[in-house]
Parts: sequence; structure tokens; C-alpha cells
Amino acid sequence: MKKIADFSEEHAKYIKRFKKENALVTVLRFALLALLLGLWELFANLGVIDPFIASSPSRVATTVRRLFVEDNFLYHIGITLYETILGFLIAVAAGYVLALALWWSERLRRVLEPYIVVLNSLPKIALGPIIIVWFGSGVKAIVFMAVIIGVIVALITMLNGFLATDKNKILLLKSFGASKFQILKKLVVPGSLPTFISMLKISVGMAWIGSIMGEYLVSRAGLGYLIVYGGQVFKLDLVMASTVVLCALATLMYVLVAFLEKKIIKYKN
Amino acid sequence: MEKLLELKKVSLTYQTLENEIRAIEDLSFYCNKGDFLSIIGPSGCGKTTVLSLIAGLLPPTSGEILINGKKDYEKNDLGYMLQKDQLFPWRTIEKNVYLPLEIKKSLTKRNKDFADSLLDKYGLKEFKKNYPDQLSGGMRQRAALIRTLVSNPKLLLLDEPFSALDYQTRLSVCDDVYKIIKQEEKTALLVTHDISEAIAMSDIIIVLKSRPAKVKCVFVPKIFGESPLKKRESKDFGVWFEKIWKELDK
Ligand SMILES: Nc1ncnc2c1ncn2[C@@H]1O[C@H](COP(=O)(O)OP(=O)(O)O)[C@@H](O)[C@H]1O
Ligand SMILES: [Mg+2]
Repeated sequence: MKKIADFSEEHAKYIKRFKKENALVTVLRFALLALLLGLWELFANLGVIDPFIASSPSRVATTVRRLFVEDNFLYHIGITLYETILGFLIAVAAGYVLALALWWSERLRRVLEPYIVVLNSLPKIALGPIIIVWFGSGVKAIVFMAVIIGVIVALITMLNGFLATDKNKILLLKSFGASKFQILKKLVVPGSLPTFISMLKISVGMAWIGSIMGEYLVSRAGLGYLIVYGGQVFKLDLVMASTVVLCALATLMYVLVAFLEKKIIKYKN
Repeated sequence: MEKLLELKKVSLTYQTLENEIRAIEDLSFYCNKGDFLSIIGPSGCGKTTVLSLIAGLLPPTSGEILINGKKDYEKNDLGYMLQKDQLFPWRTIEKNVYLPLEIKKSLTKRNKDFADSLLDKYGLKEFKKNYPDQLSGGMRQRAALIRTLVSNPKLLLLDEPFSALDYQTRLSVCDDVYKIIKQEEKTALLVTHDISEAIAMSDIIIVLKSRPAKVKCVFVPKIFGESPLKKRESKDFGVWFEKIWKELDK
């Protein structure tokens, strides 16, 4: 529902100018991409850069096609997607639940604070060897990597969101005689929905970092594996092709979250 | 006259790590049914604390608070209106107004109908399904008042409810709220640092001395006019303003 629809001529002009500007920006974005790809292709063809080391757009395209047809590319993509999505879901769920617990109990929050600080600053890749020993070198280890990288950030983001709840609104609910659980359910959880969405966006990125890093360390399949393998045997086409597909997938996942945001948040803050 | 609210030698001390803050000491006053009573005093003198005590959000360090002569009164008897409207932006106006009923687990058909009738009566009929950000400041304030009225409280506690509004809106919202309170025959206790607001709205004005809060003096301004805006136009208004201003300044 709109407030008041008052479309004067000035306003129509303003909207038109705004739309024109938007269209121009979109065109320029694609133009920039085309320019970069074009230069890359051109330099590779002219021999300014060595296509063996730098690959080229056409070689990447050919490789992607060949990977789909001849090699089991879908299988590798599937493995990585599975690890990433599973890691993402577990990290988000665990982070959310832990944040709820820490919001609920100030004592627990104070007790765990130093542990969270340490876990947050620890470079999780240092845990690689331990993870391999514990989980073997397969999907489980990689999902675990994605989870430990994601969960701390999810937890900290959510907890800050919960703690930022307006004190006066809490007071209002208390004046109605609300219990702590009611305050949580009616105010803290719905009020932190925007934080939840930004947490999801951050967590998408974290899950990709986790799964690809995990694959670098241990795997025998997946996009991260193809990238490392391609590097080792000097097949830059393979590295580039896998990276491009990775970019596309990560963007897609982000777009999905952004779409979710539009769906569930209907009010302005 | 029947005393609806009575404070007897109420004191409150806040404990902090650095020190003790004696916010209120031996505060006694009462309020009759149907009165509109204002408490004024400078910022930080303990006005919000008084309301929190009455609302039962804080236990007094000593003294008693009685409603209808009873010490353990119900939350239902009170409606608390805070600074700003405090409407939840993710709820529609209607859902905001139902909130106290949800919390009190009394969202019955009858109570819902009562809430709807209030929304209809006070011009929010078309806005029930709107979100708060789609309403003007005045309408939001009205919605906030209706939210406090849905559980049919005996006493309304208003904590500088207009302070977040600009001057023009404030005058009209003040008028609006006053009329609704009178029409619903509620007893109200308003806390403010705005002298003219207190004079325009109330039958009785209690001036507080600051830290620890105590009653300094009481005024009963008799100004002709059936609404705050009309009272503001009266020539007595300035006289009373000066009297109270001098007292506050002492
Ligand atoms: N929770 C609290 N802990 C410690 N001191 C407080 C607390 N709340 C209020 N105070 C102090 O008590 C005094 C009265 O506060 P308040 O009732 O909010 O005043 P007012 O509403 O008149 O501005 C102030 O000096 C304030 O600093
Ligand atoms: Mg205050």
C-alpha cells in the first residue's frame, strides 16, 4: 500500500531520469564486462599474454563445455554445492540457536565471551590437520570446515542483533506483563529479522570459503579440488573454468537470499 | 471522592557499581478517579522512575503504592504509554493494537471487537492493515493510545508521550489524546517537563523537587475551556504558566 500517489509532471520527470540513469548503469556494467573479456581474448590471440598461463575467454568457454560433456562436471558441482549448502544450513541454525541461548542468559554470555573471542580470531585453516584426523578426508571434513568458519560469524552477528533490541519496547511489553519468552517471541525474534537476513548474506560467503578451503585441504572431488588439481598439473583452462562456475554459483546463492529478503520484509524500519 | 491511586512515603534508590542514586524519597500523593493529574519536574528528577514504580516494573525500596486501596493490583488496571509511540514496525496497526491482548492471552472475539471499535471510533478504520511507517506522527500516537486502552485499564500512565513530536503536531495530538481519555472516562497520570502541556491537560499539577524526588508543591489550575487547545487560548493560561515556572525555577 502506498501513502499517497501524487504524480505531478515534475515527479514523472524525476522518475524518468532515475530510470534512465539505472538503465545506463546496467548497460555500462555489461559493457565493462565485454571490454575486459574482449581485451583478454585479444591479448591472448595476439600473444601479448601467454594463453597457456592466462587462458582466454574462448578457451574457458570450450573447457566448460567439454567438462560438462566429457568429464563429470555436474558431479563436481553437485559435491561442492552439497557441502556448501549443508555447511551453510548447519552454521546458520547452530549460530542462531547459540545466539538465542546467549541472549537468554547473561551469565552464560559472560562465561563464553572469551572463548568466542578466541575462536573468532583463530584462523580456522589451522585446524585442518585435526579435522582430517577426526573426520577423514571426505565430505564430512569439508562440511565441518564450512560449519566452524560460518558458525562463529553467524553467532556474533545474531547476538548483536538480539542485544540491540530497543529497551523501551522491552519495557512496553513488560508493562503488559510479558514473560521473558514472550519478549523473545514477540519482539526480539521478529525485530531482528533484518539482522537475520544480513547474517544469511554473510554466511553464504562464509560457507563458500569453508567448502572451497576444505576441498583445497582434503578432497578428491568438487570445484575446489578441480582448481587445485588444475593448478598442480598446469591446466589453467581448468582452473579458470572452475573459478568462473564458482563465481556464478556463489552469485546465484546470494541472489536467492536477497530475493528471500524482499519476500519476507515488507515494512521499512 | 474515591482515591484510585495512592503513593505512601515511597522511596527508591538505584544501585550502581559506582554509587547509590537516591532517585525518590518519601514521595506521597494521590489521585482521584476521573482526575487528570500531571507531574512536572526537570529532566532527570525521577519522573520516569515514579511511573515505573506505579507500573510495577520496579519494586520500591520502601513505602507502598495502592490502587483502589489494594497493594497487589493487576497489570490490567494500568496502561503505560511511553516516550515515542513504540509501535512495532513489522506489525500492522491492527496487530499492534492487539499486542497487549496477545501478551495477556486474552485475544478473545469480544476483546478484539472492542479494539476494532476503538480503531473505528478514533479514525483509524482505514489504516488497520497499514504498517506504522505509512501513518503520520499524530495517527501513530493515536494508535499507541488505543493500544493502551484495549485492555480497559483504570489508570493511564503517560511518560512524556508527545516529546518526540514537532511542535505543531504536538499541540493537536495533545488535544486528541485528551479528548479520547475524557471520552473513555479514564483517569490519567501524565509526566512531563513541559509546563504548558501540563497546564493545558490537567486538573492537578504536582511539581517535583529534583533528586531525590519529592513533592514541592501542588497546583490546581482552574482554566475555562473544554480542550487543551481552548485552554491555551485563555488569558489565565499565561498567569498559571508564570506561577508554575517561578516555582520550578526556585
Ligand atoms: N536503571 C537505573 N540505574 C541507575 N540510575 C538510574 C536508572 N534509571 C534512572 N536512573 C537515575 O535516576 C534519576 C531519575 O531518572 P528518571 O526517572 O529517568 O528521570 P526523568 O524521567 O525525570 O528524566 C536520574 O538521575 C537517572 O540518572
Ligand atoms: Mg523520563
